[in-house]
Amino acid sequence: MDLGFDVVDLPETDHVAEGERAPDFERPLVTAEYWEDVALSELTDEGPVVLVFHSMDGAFPATYVWNEIRDRGWTDEVTVVGLSISSPYEHKDLIESRGIDARLFSDPANGVAERYDIVNDLDGMAGISEPRPAVFVLDADRVVQYAWVAGEWPEFPDYDAVEAAIEDL
Amino acid sequence: MSDPDITLYRLQACPFCERVVRSLDEHGLAYRSRFIEPMHSDRNVVKRLTGKRTVPAIVDENTGVTMSESANIVEYLENTYGEGA
Repeated sequence: MDLGFDVVDLPETDHVAEGERAPDFERPLVTAEYWEDVALSELTDEGPVVLVFHSMDGAFPATYVWNEIRDRGWTDEVTVVGLSISSPYEHKDLIESRGIDARLFSDPANGVAERYDIVNDLDGMAGISEPRPAVFVLDADRVVQYAWVAGEWPEFPDYDAVEAAIEDL
Repeated sequence: MSDPDITLYRLQACPFCERVVRSLDEHGLAYRSRFIEPMHSDRNVVKRLTGKRTVPAIVDENTGVTMSESANIVEYLENTYGEGA
């Protein structure tokens, strides 16, 4: 994207990378109808999982990412789950308003992003941090087959590369 | 993670739901919490299970029982898992 100026670079991180086992976590997982505590490992026990970290619900990057995932039909191919700092109530609204065929983890305290080393401290929103936009394609052993973490703010996933990783599963 | 037999459909801060939680805890029963929508018209998951849109509701796979109404649930738990059971 050529804006004629430099977008904000995010600092280097030692984030979870390809070949590593993704840290497990348990958080409320929101469906169109209810939410309950679910561990990531419960999902990977059933098969590969695409874990999508995104901006808080309502921010345009969250809308763009879910519109793209919906239009590309990833959820027909593989289990896709999102994660943001938004509350379960906001997740339910996002699922409904964007026609999302995926479940969303709610992590208001941003602890998962800390464990994955992908924290994005939000300038101008005191006391709030959220995950950097990031996508991890995990196999059934929770080993990362593909990782993308934003290095600029804002930045969007390389959807074609994620799709190739899904096809290689 | 273990998969408890009892699933409790609940609404955050609903006193009737908390009453059931207290009873489950008193009987030392493991349960899975599923939180639903405050908007009555959006509670389809509970409607499908119990025929009503009220919470709390429980599904007990141990006995095959599905029921709502906190007083009924507390009585059921007492009769099924209480000391006299």
